[in-house]
Order: sequence, then C-alpha cells, then structure tokens
Amino acid sequence: MADTMELRDIEVWDGNMAAAQALRQVQVDVVAAYPITPSTPIVEGYATYKANGYVDGEFVMVESEHAAMSGCIGAAAAGGRVATATSSQGFALMVETLYSASGMRLPIILNVVNRAIGAPLNVNGDHSDMYMGRDSGWIQLDAYNPQHAYDLNFIAFKVAEDHDVRLPAMVHQDGFMTSHTAQGVHTLTDEAAYGFVGEFQPMNDMLDLDHPVTHGVQTEEDWHFEHKARQQHALMTAVIPKIEAAFAEFEKLSGRKYNLVETHQMEDAEMAVICMGTSVETAMEVVDELRAQGIKAGVVGIRVFRPWPLEQLAEVLKNVKAIGTLDRSSPHGTVGMLYNEIAGTLFNCDTKAVLNNYIYGLGGRDLTKAHVVGIFNDLKANVDAGKLTTPLQQYIGLRGPKLSFF
Amino acid sequence: MLEIRWHSRAGQGAVTGAKGLADVVSTTGKHVQAFAFYGSAKRGAAMTAYNRVDDKVIMNHEKFMAPDYVLVIDPALVYVADFTAFEKPDTVYIITTHLTTEELIASQPKLEGKKVHTVDCIKISQETIGKAIPNTPMLGALMKVSGMYEMDFFKENMIRVLKKLPQKIIDANMIAIQRAYDEVK
Repeated sequence: MADTMELRDIEVWDGNMAAAQALRQVQVDVVAAYPITPSTPIVEGYATYKANGYVDGEFVMVESEHAAMSGCIGAAAAGGRVATATSSQGFALMVETLYSASGMRLPIILNVVNRAIGAPLNVNGDHSDMYMGRDSGWIQLDAYNPQHAYDLNFIAFKVAEDHDVRLPAMVHQDGFMTSHTAQGVHTLTDEAAYGFVGEFQPMNDMLDLDHPVTHGVQTEEDWHFEHKARQQHALMTAVIPKIEAAFAEFEKLSGRKYNLVETHQMEDAEMAVICMGTSVETAMEVVDELRAQGIKAGVVGIRVFRPWPLEQLAEVLKNVKAIGTLDRSSPHGTVGMLYNEIAGTLFNCDTKAVLNNYIYGLGGRDLTKAHVVGIFNDLKANVDAGKLTTPLQQYIGLRGPKLSFF
Repeated sequence: MLEIRWHSRAGQGAVTGAKGLADVVSTTGKHVQAFAFYGSAKRGAAMTAYNRVDDKVIMNHEKFMAPDYVLVIDPALVYVADFTAFEKPDTVYIITTHLTTEELIASQPKLEGKKVHTVDCIKISQETIGKAIPNTPMLGALMKVSGMYEMDFFKENMIRVLKKLPQKIIDANMIAIQRAYDEVK
C-alpha cells in the first residue's frame, strides 16, 4: 500500500511537478519513459515517488521514446493504468506507436510538454509537437497553466479509461512557460484525487488468462476500414459527452470549471482571438485592458483540441465580425491549423466573420501583451472595413522585415 | 503587480531562489509566478529568472518584464549583462559585489542616479554555507530593502522551503539570510 502524501491546500508548483503529482495520486501502475527536455521532471517525479514508497507501480527505463510508448502499449494491453511524458523530437519518434495505442484502444495518458521540433535544435516551447499528434486518434486536452496541467490529468484518466471510450489521451502544456513556471496550484487530497478517477477497470486485458484475447492484429482491406470507422465513431460520439460529464463532476469536487471551449468576454465581443496554451491567458489579460477602453474584444481558448469541438466553437463565434487565429507552429506551405479549422467550422454557418491568421512564438519566442494589442488593432480595422485589411497570414514577433503571405 | 528580475549564472541558484521566494509569498495569500530563461543551460552561462506577485490571479505569461527590483547575484554580470533592460524610473537594484555602493557606481556608470543597494552574497555564502551559492542571502537582502516581510516569518518559511536539505545546510542558510539582511547597504 502506497504512503499518503500530505499536501498544502495551495502548493507552488510548476507544470511538470503538477503533472507528476497527478500521476502519483491516481497511482499509475506502469510508467515506461525516456526523458527529454522539458518534460523530464514529470517521469523523474513519478520515479522518485515510487522509490520513496508513494506509488505502487513500475518504472521501466527504455532506450528511446519509441520504446517508451511501446512499453506503455504492452503494459496497457496487459491491463494496467499507464502513463508517460515526452516532448518534441521524442514525441516525433513516438508517432508510429501513437497510432498503435489508439488503434488498439488502449487508454494510455501521455503528458506532452509542448516544444519546438528541430532543425534548428531548440528546447523551448511551441506547439509543433502537439500539432503533429492531431491525426493520431488520441484525445488531446490543453492546459494554459500549472493548475490546468494538474486538473486535466485527472480528467484524462477518467475519460480515457471509461469503457465507452477506451482511447488514449494527451495532456498538453507549454514547454517552460507552463512546465518550468511555478504558480499556486490548488491541490486535491490523495483520497479525493484517487476517488475521482476511481480504480482501474481492465477491459480485454491480456493477463486475464480465463478470457484470452489477441492485441495488435493485422487486418487488410476486409476489416481495416471498419476498425478505423469504429475508432472514429468512439472519438466523435462518446468522448465529448464523457468529457463534459467529467468536467461537471470535477467542478463539484474542486470548484474549478472547465469547458470544451474556454471563452472570455465573448458575450458581446465584435472581435476575438483564438489560441491555445499560455497565450490564452495572456490574451485574456489584454482583453480586460481593452474592455476598460470600451473596445469589444474577446478570447476563445481551445481546451479540447481532439476531438475538435466544432459545434461549440460555431456557437461562441456566431456574433463576432473579425477573428484572429493564432498558431504557435509553422504550417510550412499553407495557413495555420487554427485558421483552417476555424474556417471549416464556420463555413456552413451564418457567421461571416473576417478571418485572418498569425504565426507567433516559434521556438519559445515571447508573445507579449503589446503583440496581442497589435493583433486586436488589425481585427478592429477588419471589423470597421467589413473585409480583410491585412495580409491573410502574418508573422508576429519576428525580427527583420515584416513577413506575410496571401 | 510586483515584478522582480534576477541576473545570475547557471548553477548559482537563481531559479531555486525565485521559486523559494514565490513559495513564501504564496503562503500569505498572494498570487505568484516564478520562471527563468535557461538558454543553452550551461553552468556558468549568464541567465535571468523572474518573479511576479499580485493580489489577483496572474494571467500574464509574457516573458517581457519592466522590473520593480533587479537582483544581481553574480558580481561580474553588472559589466557584461544587460541588467538595466526595460528598467523603470524607480527600479531598485540589489547587487552582489565586494565593492562599496559608491565604488560600484563609479565602475559602472549605468547605475548613476539609480536606487542601488550592495551586499556581498558571494562572500556571505562562502563563509556560511561553504559554497558560492548567493541565492538565499540575496533574499535576505531583498527582505531588508523591500520591507516585504518580517525576518522571523521569512526565515520560518524558508526553513520549510529548504526542508529536504541536511539540517546543517538549512542552519547555514538561515545565518546567510540574516547576515545579508544586516549587511546590505
């Protein structure tokens, strides 16, 4: 029996510590991990808690991230509660096995501490790795601060392990800006945290010798399509209601309310920025300052990135006249992902907002409040003109001559 | 909003100092943020760490900061780092040096007309902790200059923050904090 850890009501934790504590509190059975900056302290933290008797589990040291996720897949198929963490190049090396995990319907939790992908080599935060995962069949939840990184881990386990879902889930946080930034985190007791997620309920576990099953089978054109369709069906229909139920139950437990789409000052906003990660909160602070000057600005934050909350986004954006989509990842050859997704979300609606795109913050480049004010100045001009007054895609915070496309 | 920027060399404990300060401040019900620029993370490389303190939840995640306090814990950085970047007219500087405040300002004219305090955190940490780890003494100096907290309250909380260290190291840190509090000019 693992020892209980006494926590203060508010601990000053960075995002990595918050995630590691959550893995301890839900008593993860197996962590197979290969450390990489900036996610290293998450798996290091779990290993320390295990060594000191605070977790009953296994820590498997492996030779690569590909092996780390492979180990997680094996442990999850065997019938355990499984988690790991990674970033950047490590995430890229995991990609093949990510598809195995989701296709085999194994509820593994992966903490992704978002970081740029080289070349050039860079350890700092952007969303390149998060974007790379978006077709992999995983649920993707996004934290904006250490508190969210803690709370969303509990949500992730509860939803992923639900027998109606049985899909793996990623909890994303911004490298350094969240992972290495200490802020006050309201804690749950060990008992309350474990009680919320509940005891792991195995399904089709390989170690149930009375009911032998096969995992990781081959299907050709006879059945592959049907398997992928079932996987998509679960991701598209089962997940959103389960996340909403988990958010509601978590609010009862903690008083903290999460939404599929987070909004700030959107009730009467005539223009909005849409972004992810720490930028959402910085933009919220800017919006409060603009509101004091009578400017009707708002913020939309993506909390659940996959499955994409299309209907919820269409609803919150229905009255705005200009939208700025902010992508912290280089789209290399087209517009940013959020531009494409929001354009697709709104195309069949009555909303005919002017939509533009900003690429920012690559490799950890700072997004300042002044940058966000500049974006809202663009959006205001678009509102007043009723059409695009700027290039469709602009780079902000970039040194040298202004760069834009389309 | 109170904002503090630390100038340090990697390995001197600025991150630990910033996080320790955030921890102590958090116990008083204020909201805190502590973070750093790591750069290439080589020991000895110049780096910066940051604190924000506010009465309301801190939503701002920009790295840009116009600091109220600048804490320099390596004596050479006042000559090589841009430690006055984005200063305000009333930014307060607390600088680790073996020089007097007057000698320091004479050697670094950028400090003329500024609010400058000096304390030798390197010497204090060498004589108390036994190593050049100038982070905790700098916090003692900050408590004196800012009047942020009573010394007894601060030390009591720092003992909790440092609780994983051996007792004699904790005791040495408390002496270092008190000495810097008493010696800062």
